[in-house]
Order: sequence, then structure tokens, then C-alpha cells
Amino acid sequence: MESVAIELIGITKRFPGVVANDHVNLTVMENEVHALLGENGAGKSTLMSILFGSYDPDEGTIKLRGKEVRIKDPNAATALGIGMVHQHFKLVHNYTVTENIVLGIESTDRFGMLDLSTAEKKVAALSEQYGLKVNPRDRIEDISVGMQQRVEILKTLYREANILIFDEPSAVLTPQEIDELMDIIRRLKREGKTIILITHKLKEIKAVAERCTVLRRGKLIGTVNVADVSEEQLAEMMVGRAVKFEIEKGPAKPGKVLLDIRNVTMKNSRGTRGVHNLSLTVRSGEIVGVAGVDGNGQTELINAITGLSPIDSGEILVNDKDISCMTIKERIRSGVGHIPEDRHRHGLVLDFSIAENMVLKNYDKEPYSSRLGVLDYAAIVDNAEGLIGQYDIRAGEGAAMKASNMSGGNQQKAIIAREIALSPDVLVVAQPTRGLDVGAIEYIRKRIVAERDKGRAILLVSFELDEIMNLCDRIAILSKGEIVGVFNEGEVDEHQIGFLMAGSVKNATNVEAGR
Amino acid sequence: MRHNGQRRNLRTLLMTSDGALSVMVVLLGFLCGTILILLVGRNPSGMYKAILQVLTGYNIDRGRFYVRYVGEWLAQSMPFILCGLSMAFAARVGLFNIGGEGQYVVGLTVAQFVALLGPQIPVMHWVLALSLAMLAGAAWGGIVGALKAKFEVSEVVATIMLNYIALYASRIFVMKIPGTNTYKTPDFPVTALLRSEFLERLTKGSMLNLGIIFVVLSVIVYWFVIEKTRLGFALRATGLNKEAARCSGIPVVRSIIFSMAIAGAFAGLAGGIVSLGSFKFGRVLAGNDGYGFAGIAVALVGNNTAPGTALAGLLFGMLSSAQPLMESNRIPKEITFIIQGLVVVFIAIRAGFRIFIRYSMKKSAIKETVIDE
Amino acid sequence: MSSILSKIPTILMLVSPILITATGGMVCERSGVVNIALEGLMVFGAFAAATAHFFLEPVLGPGSIWVALLIGSVAGLVFSYIHAFASISLNADQTVSGTGINLLANGVTIFLAQVFFKQDRTKQFMLGMMPGPGGIYPTAYIALAVILSVWFMLYRRRFGLRLRACGENPQAAASVGINVLKIRYIAVLLSGVLAGLAGGCLVLTTNTQFNSTTVNGHGFIALAVVSFGRWKPEGIAGASLLFGTALAFSIIANDFSILRGMPTEVFNIMPYAITLLTLVLFSGKNYAPRAAGKPYEKGAS
Repeated sequence: MESVAIELIGITKRFPGVVANDHVNLTVMENEVHALLGENGAGKSTLMSILFGSYDPDEGTIKLRGKEVRIKDPNAATALGIGMVHQHFKLVHNYTVTENIVLGIESTDRFGMLDLSTAEKKVAALSEQYGLKVNPRDRIEDISVGMQQRVEILKTLYREANILIFDEPSAVLTPQEIDELMDIIRRLKREGKTIILITHKLKEIKAVAERCTVLRRGKLIGTVNVADVSEEQLAEMMVGRAVKFEIEKGPAKPGKVLLDIRNVTMKNSRGTRGVHNLSLTVRSGEIVGVAGVDGNGQTELINAITGLSPIDSGEILVNDKDISCMTIKERIRSGVGHIPEDRHRHGLVLDFSIAENMVLKNYDKEPYSSRLGVLDYAAIVDNAEGLIGQYDIRAGEGAAMKASNMSGGNQQKAIIAREIALSPDVLVVAQPTRGLDVGAIEYIRKRIVAERDKGRAILLVSFELDEIMNLCDRIAILSKGEIVGVFNEGEVDEHQIGFLMAGSVKNATNVEAGR
Repeated sequence: MRHNGQRRNLRTLLMTSDGALSVMVVLLGFLCGTILILLVGRNPSGMYKAILQVLTGYNIDRGRFYVRYVGEWLAQSMPFILCGLSMAFAARVGLFNIGGEGQYVVGLTVAQFVALLGPQIPVMHWVLALSLAMLAGAAWGGIVGALKAKFEVSEVVATIMLNYIALYASRIFVMKIPGTNTYKTPDFPVTALLRSEFLERLTKGSMLNLGIIFVVLSVIVYWFVIEKTRLGFALRATGLNKEAARCSGIPVVRSIIFSMAIAGAFAGLAGGIVSLGSFKFGRVLAGNDGYGFAGIAVALVGNNTAPGTALAGLLFGMLSSAQPLMESNRIPKEITFIIQGLVVVFIAIRAGFRIFIRYSMKKSAIKETVIDE
Repeated sequence: MSSILSKIPTILMLVSPILITATGGMVCERSGVVNIALEGLMVFGAFAAATAHFFLEPVLGPGSIWVALLIGSVAGLVFSYIHAFASISLNADQTVSGTGINLLANGVTIFLAQVFFKQDRTKQFMLGMMPGPGGIYPTAYIALAVILSVWFMLYRRRFGLRLRACGENPQAAASVGINVLKIRYIAVLLSGVLAGLAGGCLVLTTNTQFNSTTVNGHGFIALAVVSFGRWKPEGIAGASLLFGTALAFSIIANDFSILRGMPTEVFNIMPYAITLLTLVLFSGKNYAPRAAGKPYEKGAS
């Protein structure tokens, strides 16, 4: 007879302008692996943050093993035996594994001095017991992402958690590391733990979860036994309609080479190897994907092409012209378009209006700016209104609206509209659908294919293997700053790619350091 | 019911309008100043009488108008406005320019040199002096911009260091001018002075001089450049999101240096105007005149906009020109510095005011729903 | 050679206040709060100490020096509370609120001097701090004690581990139940106490009264020391020695005949020029605590 571990009853949480959780009920049984499924913005993370004490619910109650509890902060949650393995690791980059694990519950010797050696021994013992291989003396910034995640898990086990919440754990792992994670979860279950897995990856739910609760736009859709449903059924519950996994895409008709990267070598921001002797070509009318785990040179490659970082050696030719010594503005004029990975940091000036954002790259040319340098705001606003209509960008107050008031999906559409309107020969696209809902994702992917069919050369950098396999005509795999394989569409499957990525570098970090 | 509605409107105003908040902050500063005066046993009406006389010329005790005080008010506002524009311009690019003092000193020193050693051609003399003062200030500011853009040196510490270096260097160089003792140089030739007979007659002998034309021009130029030109667009973008600006091809390094140079030019102009408009001889500076630091407060109160800075500059000019009147009413002149400092602190917690207002708005909203029931 | 050795007490006299202030600044920044107000806090401390010593000297004799230092520290504590409240509780821009304190310091101290002493400076006290054996002022030992205790606290105590975490990744610290706001408050207040103490040390060893040029940028030099010293106690100690020597130059230059001919202003410029130069050559942005200067917003990530 199984008993109930956690009951969330009628949980409601409101933020300005949105109801994140709307009277959600959730029941998790003792020692089960329970998945919480929903797309971006469905409210899964908020719900679990309430369970972990980071937020107070506006309405509703929480029951732990039948007894009602109030979890007012993470300390209270920890005391109740609830632990959270965060999506963005909460680790101090220049502390050791042990220091990170004991932070907040440090042991002291009889003089009140910090006692790290006792802690080290305990960490080593836990690591043995649960098969989570770590070296207690390593510094976080020196170890791989997979190992960092194990440190996060050990943090909860050190505090004797018996209910573990995993928040999108596979977002930063290679396929092999994801398999290892699934093994870790199974082992934790064998040791008697209760696991809640927040994810939007259907494959993982099928691999390791017993029951699954689906949320959509803050509301509970239902709870199912994983064995009784298919991935398609889960997807439909998640989105509310039948979802097409594949994009309709005609065959590519590649023309001449528009982007020619030749033997480029450059260092990364920490002074160590960024990319090494990298060569790649992209032709007009094709989409070339760059697959790989974050931290293996993707950022450096993009910076090299767009001009954000200088290269140490090699050439980059756009339309047969070497751009490797040009300024960023010159490259934009030479036909390089860029849809950046981080739309808030690189894509938009959030405090500017939509109209001003639309001319960020050509405000100084006619008709937006006269010969003497005076701006023509009428022309600027006209341009923006045209693009808003053309791309169906939802902007409640029109072109004068501040960019920060748009939703993520519309912000991304605006950026894409701007870049495409400049008619670039080469379009560098990085993580274009990160953090967006399914509707926006479909639109953006269709748009990328449409641009390919217009004859543009598109370089797509993405950590989502599905996206790469779906959209790209050719796939290059990046590992430790080098291209370790280039394949045509259909020549390679996920496991082979994963294998090639497996030689990946250790220095990838996912530590959210006070950003 | 209507009372609550009015209160809600005031709160909404404070939440959305930076101007309204600035006004409230200034009033709060005066309130604290008044309390402080009371605490030390003086009569605060002395402060307010002085302020009235400076703004309108009307002396309450004697019941007469003295236009001279209005002229003095405008004259003393000039360096405040210019130093405020200096700080504000840099702030629009995201830089905290506390080097106004040093840029002012550099401008002042160069103006003195040109006045004493330059060609004594009417009008051309002071035009040359002011132009070179602006250039000197621009150079002193540009250094900071270059250090920030190329070496990531904090502009906060760099400008303070340059302030001290400017002050001591000014002393060294000015004392080398023949005929200079430890505190003043020989008198300026008449062609170098910014005096205007017309203005002096109009204001019955105040220090108001031709510099006022440049101040008005500066305010207009500031507004135009920031709001209407592509340079202003680039600067604003850099100040709001340096990374996105860079990604869009905007030359960020150049924008930062340029902006600091323009900021320095404003302050340098202030130094030139003070030295040639308010004095008949050059000075060997014993300490800072203080306009540069006051400019910080002026820009903060004016929210880095052209009209706001002008108004704030007039406010500080008013406080400053009222000082002698205050002293004769037994109010220590330092009260103006204290009000300045308080205003800066209060502006800093602008965000805090908004949080407080939001909190009290929520409370009254709950109260209202209960009443409506 | 012996003439250089004989300059050491003078050098240490100027190094000590800088080191004490810089130690406070380091603790503050390691917790995540940038404290531009160190200059103003030193001013408050110097004024309070000078005023207290003037009034207490006739009553307490040489013992009033220590009381004066205590009062200087308290003054620093009180005014740093304003900065703490503004930047931690109200999430104000730390640079602006710090600058506000500096402006306030100039105004309030002269204002109070007018009220107490009817002049723009404090009245002179009889005897400042007396030098001890070797001509070295006790402030040097105070400074040494300060830096050693702070080192101890930062690296050997629980509190130090938690404080450093707040400066690198406050979200990580909060996720394990550490009260980031409380720790940052303590750090800012501690920097206020130390800056006030340093101001008192400065005025009691270098002068017999407080005026508007007493502190003269030492607080900002301390900021540069923190940065140049890479936010580590050893680095800060070395940097303080360097800058203190530069400051002392204008005093000791008189004893070297080659340098006597130069105008004093050249030596006045030196410490500031050296500070600027070191900032340019050794701009160590990469060594700063990662979360320094960013207001901490509570909220799940």
C-alpha cells in the first residue's frame, strides 16, 4: 500500500499581469518518480518554487505525509526533507565542491573555527553511497557541467533530503550525460527517495517517470500513468492541440558559397582555447547546423563571424570578401545578419521603443537619418509599423511601445523582423527558440526555412538536438573548439552525434553567477 | 471617497513621473534642512526670506524690490547648470562623471592663461579663451572616457584622482605666470572680460554677464544632440544597453570617449565663464569651487534631461546666491551643501520611494474594497 | 640608508588609516556592496574624533584619544547605516547613494563646526596621539590588528565563508538559507566603523584639528587599494604601503636636497597620479567579487 508523500491542494500564485498557478492540485506518492510536464511558462517551476519555499502561495495548502505544513523559506523546506536541484546551478564558482556543499550548514571545531576536513570525509562517503563521482577538493569552475550537477544533488543528500525536485536537469547535458542522469535517478529511487522531475522532454519522462502531471498556462490538465500514454498524447496535453514535431521542409537547393570560414583559431574570454583551426562553409539556400554542448566554442564561433571578438588566425569570407578585420558595422553592411542567443543582452535595448530597436543597425543611414545627422522619427516609426504588421508582432501600444513590455516570443519576432529586413546574405542564428512557447517556436522555425528558400545562407547554432535535426540540411558537430564531423541530413542519428559530442570539454559552466 | 481618489492620483503621478518625484525629493530636502536649522536653535524663516528675495528681488522685511539679487541668482546659476549638463551628458551614456570639478578647474586655468597671455582683441579675446577652456575640459574628460572604454578603469575613481591632479597642477602652472603671488595673478585686460554694460544696467550692478548666452545655447544644444541626432541615438543606446549597442555595430568605445569629452567641455566652459565673468583677475586656487560636485546633484534632480537640469541648476543657483542673505539672518551657509547631499541621497532611494508608494497603494486598495462592500 | 629608515614612522603614519579603511572596503565589496562613501565616512569619523578629543582632553588627559577614536568609529557606523539602508533595503544605485554620503559629509561636518566652534574647522586640541617606541604611532598596530582579524574572519570562520559567497553568487547563498541582506548590512556597517576609525586615526596623528582638507581623497585612495590589492588581505597590505609611501613623499621630500627645489604641489600630485597609473596598468576587473555592485533581488531563478 503506497502512501502519499506530498499533496499540493488548490495552489494559486499570481504575479503582476499573469496567473502562474491557477488552483493546481498535485499528489506525489512516496518513493515514486513523478514528472511535471509543461511548456515554457506553464507554471511548473513556480509550483516547485512554492514547494521549496522560495515563494508563498496566494491560496492553497501543502500537506507533507498527511500533515499540513507552511514552508516559508528554503531553510524550512530543507528541514522538512525537501531538496531542490536547480536548473541554473546555485554554486559559487571559485569555491571547492566541499565548500559549496556545506555552505549554510558548516561544521566547526571546538574553537568555532571552520572545519572542512570532517565535511570532506562526509562528502566522499555520500558520493560512494549514491554513485555520484566527485572530487571534494575540485573547484567548481574547473569541473564539467555533469559533475556540477552531481554537486547540486549531493547538496540535497548532505542535508538528508528524501524528496528531491529536479528542475529541467537535462537542459545542459550531452545525450550520454542524460543517460547517466537517468541512471542516477533510478538509483536514488532504489535508495528510497521520492523524485519530482520538472521537464518538457517527453523522452525522459518515458524513460524514467512513473506518473506525470501536465500543466498548461498555469492550470492543471491532468495526471496520467506514463506507461499508459504515448509521447504524442503527452505533447497534446501539454500544448492543447495536435503538435507537429517535424517542420515541413522542402529539399535544399544550395548555390554558391556565401560564408567561408577558413582555419580560424581564437581564444575564449578566459584566455584558453576557444576554437582551433575551424573550417566550415555555408552555401546560399542551405541551413547548416552547429551541434554541441554549450562551452565548446559556439560562442567564440559566433563572435568571430559577427565581429564581437577578434580572431588570432584564419580568414572569414562573406560573398568572397574577407571580413575578419572589419568592424561590426562594416560586417553588417557586408551582409552578415545575427539573431543573438540572448535577446535581452544582445538583441534589444529594452528601454528603447520598438521603433528605435528596429533601426538599431541602420539608424545612421537615410531615410532614418539626414546627411547632417538629424533623425527622422516619422520614417523610423513608419518602418516599425510596417514590420509589426508584416510579422504579426503583438505590440499592444504600437511602435512607440517600450520593448520591455513585449512578450518573449514577440521580442524574438521583432529581432528576426529587423534582421531579415536588412537582407543579409548570411544569417547567423543562435538558440532562436529558447524560452518560447510552442506557437512562437513553430512560427520562427517556419520563417528560418522561408529565408533559406529565398537564397540566404543560414548558420544555426543550437543546443536542442531536435531543432538541429529537424531544421538543418547539414550538421556540423563542435567539440573542444573543433569540428569533429560534418554530415548531410539523414546521414546521422542522435546517438552518433552524442558520441561525437562526448569528447566534449570539461570547462563548460552553467553557474548562474549573480547575473 | 473623493479624498481617496485624489490621493491615488498623487501616488500614480509619483510612480510614473520622474519629474514629480524630483520635486518631492527637493521639498523633502528643504524640509530636512528646515528641521536641522530648528534643531540648532536658529530661525528657519531666515532661509526662506533669503530665497524669496533672490528669486524675485523682493525683500519682505523692507518691502522693496532689489533687482540686483535676481541678476545675481541668474549669474550664479550658470556654473550649476553647465556642470549639471556635464554630469547629465555622461550619465546618458551610462557613466558616472564625478570629474566635473577637475574639468572645471582645467577650463578655468586655461581661460586665465588665454586672458593674461592671449591677443587683446575685443570679443575675440574672450571667445578664444572660452573655446580653449572648452577644449581643455573636453581633453580632461576624454582621458577618463578612454581609460574606461579601453582599460575598464572605473570612471568613479579615475575622475576623483584627476580632480586632485587638476587642482594641484593648476596651482603649479598659474603661479608660473609673471606677476602672480600666492593667491592672485595680475588683472585681466578688459578685452578678456565677459562683462556686458547692458546686462549690468538691466540688473542694477549684478554679476550677470555674457556667459548667460552660452548657458542657454548649451541647454539647447544638449537637448538637440541627445534627442534629435544620430550621435544622441548612439549615445543613448550605449548608455541603456552597451552590449546590444555593440552588437548592432554602434562604436561603443568611441561613443564613450566622445561623450566624456563633451561632458568635460560643458564643465570646462563653466570654469571659463566663472573666471572671466565673475572675477577681474586670475586666481591661484586654494581649493575646489564646488560646482563640479554640485553638478552631480543638479543632474540627478534634473533626471539627466535638458529642461530638468536647467531648472535644477536654477534651484541650486538660488540656494547659492541666497547664502550671504542667509548668513545675515544667522543661518550657516553650509545648509545649502547639506540640502544638496540630502537631495542626492533621496534621489538614490528613488526606487525605495516607489516601493513605499506601491505598498501604500496596495493597502488603500484593500481598504477601498472593504468599504465598497 | 639610515635616512630612509628614519622615514618609516612617517610612512606608517599615513599607511595606517588607508589600510584600515581599505580593509573595511574589502569586506564590504566581498559581500557584494560597493562602498564609494568611504571618503565621506572617514570625514565623519575624523570630525567626530577631533571634536570629541577637543572637548574631552581637558577632562580625560591622554586617555581621551581612545575615547575619541571610539566616537569616530561610531560616527562612521551611524552614517554607513544610511548607505546600507539605501542600497540594500531599497536597492538604490550604490554609486549614487555613496556619492550622496560624500556630499553630505562635507556639508554636515562644516555646518556642525560652525555651530560648535563658530568657524569652518574644529578648534585645535592640545596633543594628538603620541608616537610610541621607534617613533611609530599606535595606529600602525591598530591597523595590523585590523587586517589580521579580518583575514581570520574571512577565511577561518563560518561567517567569512558565507560573506564571500554573498559577493560571488548571492542567489546560491540564499538558496541554502543564508540571509544575504543581513550579511551585507553587517559588512557595510563594519566598513563604516573601520572608515570612521581610520578618519579618527588620521586626524589625531597628522594634525591638531579637523578642516575640509583633512581627509583629502584618502578614502578614494583606499578604494583603489582594494582594487589594486585584488580584494585580498595580503594584496591590500602591500598596496597600502605603496600608496602610503607616495602620500608621505610630500612630507619627507624636504629631507632630500635634490628634491627640495621642486614645488610642493608636485609631491601632492604624486599619490593621485600613482593611484591612477596603477588602476590603468592593473585594472583587475576579473578579480572583483562577481556580484559586487549589483543590487540583490530576492526571487527564484
